[in-house]
Amino acid sequence: MAFSILRLTRRSIGKLGIALIVIAPLAAFALTPADIAPLAGDDFDAKSAAIDKLIASHDAPSQALLKALSEDNALTTDSGEVLIQDGDATKDAITGKTVAADGAQPVTLNNMLRSKVSGALSGSQLDSIDLETRRAAINALLQNPDPSMKPLIDAQRAKETDPGLKKKLDTLWAMTALHNSDPATRLEAVQLVAARHDLDMNELLRPLIAKKPDGTFVESDDRVRAAAQAGIDELDAIQRRSAIAGTLFAGLSLGSVLLLAALGLAITYGLIGVINMAHGEFLMIGAYATYVVQNLFQRYAPGAFDWYPLLAVPASFAAAAVVGMALERLVLKHLYGRPLETLLTTFGVSLILIQATRMIFGAQNVQVSNPAWMSGGVTVLPSLILPYNRLAILAFSLIVVGIAWAVLTKTRLGLFVRAVTQNRRMAACVGVKTARVDSYAFAFGAGIAGLGGCALSQIGNVGPDLGQSYIIDSFMAVVLGGVGQLAGTVIGGFGLGLISKAIEPFWGAVLAKIAVLVLIVLFIQKRPQGMFALKGRSAEA
Amino acid sequence: MTSATSSASVTTSGSGTPPDTGRATQSGFALGLPPRPALLTRPAWIALIALIIAIGLGVPLSALVLPETSAFHLSAYMMTLTGKFMCYAIAALALDLVWGYCGILSLGHALFFALGGYAIGMYLMRSIGHQGVYQSDLPDFMVFLNWHALPWYWEGTQHLWYALVLVVMVPAVIAWVFGFFTFRSRVKGVYLSIITQAMTFAAMLLFYRNETGFGGNNGFTDFKTIGSFPITHPGTRTALFLITFAVLVLAFLGARAIVTSKLGRVVTGVRDGETRLMFLGYSPLGYKLFIWTVSAILCGIAGALYVPQVGIINPGEMSPGNSIEMAIWVAVGGRGTLIGPIIGAFAVNGAKSFFTANFPEYWLFFLGLIFVLVPLLLPHGIMGLVELAMRRRKRS
Repeated sequence: MAFSILRLTRRSIGKLGIALIVIAPLAAFALTPADIAPLAGDDFDAKSAAIDKLIASHDAPSQALLKALSEDNALTTDSGEVLIQDGDATKDAITGKTVAADGAQPVTLNNMLRSKVSGALSGSQLDSIDLETRRAAINALLQNPDPSMKPLIDAQRAKETDPGLKKKLDTLWAMTALHNSDPATRLEAVQLVAARHDLDMNELLRPLIAKKPDGTFVESDDRVRAAAQAGIDELDAIQRRSAIAGTLFAGLSLGSVLLLAALGLAITYGLIGVINMAHGEFLMIGAYATYVVQNLFQRYAPGAFDWYPLLAVPASFAAAAVVGMALERLVLKHLYGRPLETLLTTFGVSLILIQATRMIFGAQNVQVSNPAWMSGGVTVLPSLILPYNRLAILAFSLIVVGIAWAVLTKTRLGLFVRAVTQNRRMAACVGVKTARVDSYAFAFGAGIAGLGGCALSQIGNVGPDLGQSYIIDSFMAVVLGGVGQLAGTVIGGFGLGLISKAIEPFWGAVLAKIAVLVLIVLFIQKRPQGMFALKGRSAEA
Repeated sequence: MTSATSSASVTTSGSGTPPDTGRATQSGFALGLPPRPALLTRPAWIALIALIIAIGLGVPLSALVLPETSAFHLSAYMMTLTGKFMCYAIAALALDLVWGYCGILSLGHALFFALGGYAIGMYLMRSIGHQGVYQSDLPDFMVFLNWHALPWYWEGTQHLWYALVLVVMVPAVIAWVFGFFTFRSRVKGVYLSIITQAMTFAAMLLFYRNETGFGGNNGFTDFKTIGSFPITHPGTRTALFLITFAVLVLAFLGARAIVTSKLGRVVTGVRDGETRLMFLGYSPLGYKLFIWTVSAILCGIAGALYVPQVGIINPGEMSPGNSIEMAIWVAVGGRGTLIGPIIGAFAVNGAKSFFTANFPEYWLFFLGLIFVLVPLLLPHGIMGLVELAMRRRKRS
């Protein structure tokens, strides 16, 4: 654009009242104070008209003012000047001179005006030379299509060279062309809109198949109507599919967490018949270990922050395993054969651990941040985004199951653990040091819970009460799956997660929990020892 | 495990005789059953009657007659606190019936306690009437939720007698149904404990919802009158205190009658060897259900006495933690003794009041330590110590 220096008439600005020489653009309309004065008022119709004028005049000050309006940086004074807040300075919207902002109020916009402003800003950037700017402008318009942008869109559609953007512009055009007078154009538009597979498009398509009060269709052309109907059906199908997929994923995600929590529980319960009420606190210890490792990385190796989970995983395993082994050696060893007392004792331990955590780290939740590669998600369907952190945990839990399986079936310790689980006395008779196996197995179970805590810290709050919220559910997973068998725990954990999430949309989270409990009580009527009961004499323990 | 304090374990069943005929002594077979123990020994009767007289006369005198300046005046705070402890003691007694004598460690008794409390709370909410903040027929929280009519389950709760029926029936029905399904499938031991805990947890979540119609988070509070008496009046408080005491004494005698009866002996048999008992021809289901339901009712009554004295009931009362705390009262006092849990409830809650007033940070440590150390070092609780001391004295 060409610029020239113009001499404006003398005018007073507020109290200053001085003559100004300003730089103003040559354009269709030069912006005058009278044009934008309504912005200072309370009349939204007048404001709308003023914004229309701003949009119509493609000059720099009006663009700047529009930008300021969209960012809530536009102010007005009592005497009707419009100012732009720029950092600490305030400038007159027309002259660009820095002025004092005594008593200036922000310009108030309603939602309609806001979308008009943002649409206009995008529209004006449609013909930008920069590809990225164009892309951003098109995307903004797709979010918030504005019929008044039609001429600009048409113009840009004709000259756009980038194939990706051209496609988007086609859709954009279709969205503004749904009510074109030519049926063929309408049909093309409807087909383009439907092809977007965007659930928001329901809003545009539904009116096309609606009937007027007198029984005739709003849309007169049969083919257009049929195309719209087909589009709507397809959107509904997508919605159903993504709802099912979403529920499945949420269930698997919850299940993977429950699985990590229940795995250790099943090992210790199957082995020593001990319900460990402090198991949830091993989750908490694992989560806090992750927190500590994260803080160490933040302080000493901020560059390697993205890789802190590599250290946090073993750290959380070790922390929980050490506490678990201490608990077994110091307390539980003396209580074998008294499962109910053990239950109370471990509850006491959980109280002590919670209170100790509260005193060390404070009662508030602490912040554990995802590494960069875990934030964001993969978009499967337009309305279904699978977050990377949940996917990572799902994979992680499967890996942990794999490791637990390998330890239990491929190692000597695992052999001993299985032997003691099946028949403690016989194992002792053939020379297995059962007390030591108990310790190691308990530490292993606690360590797995610690890994669960590490995983949980990536998707939820980390606080002293962390374990409490998962412990009952993981007990239920163990009850459902039966003890002493990995497969049972895997099925129990994922099953519980899936059932809970499947019921939740209909009844809400609380009633879903109750329904799950009732289901479990009914289920154990049929299979008192869980789904995968140990067969033989060891079952009657 | 077998409790050392169980004097009545089934070890002497005769050969071939159907165990439930009761004609064993007449038919010529010598079963050798130990004679049925007395309800209470003579010194115990004397002690109990002395206690009844002391409390029955002393508390009204000290609370109502003596001036507040007197050193012997029973303050409202102390009376509420002791009354609260007595309610806990009743609940502990109820838990001892199932845990100490039947081997069922319930982690769901806080639910029954709270249900009893909620049942009487419904009556108390209704009797607030127009004295509430919104001066409506409906309880305040319903006005707040913009409800225009009482839900169906609130019908009739304006009558005290009906609320008292609910206090008994609601825990009884829930306990019976739950017990029927779990005992029938022979769920026992820690499995059962976990499931009772889950039941309580689920109920707590349910009661936290506003839509459930029990005041949600805040529960019931701000009671004004009970049966036309103002609830904060010293006279009403004293009466409630004495009623609680009477219920505690009756519950103790009733529980004692149950555990010394033949039925009680079978129940003890369930605890010590359920499989063996089944081979002898008993079906444990009925016995377990009976003791379980009685225990739940007793717990409900304790809750119903608790709420008017404390003046509030909310879903926090049925948190799983509360249930487990009940178990520790029993463990500290000594399970399978009936008197032990009463002592334990007073001891643990007394310590709680002391700690939360003086060292609030360390209460959970202390409670945790009790949980850890009592099973380790004091498996028979305080009563175990008492018995040990008495045996030593006899020997010397």
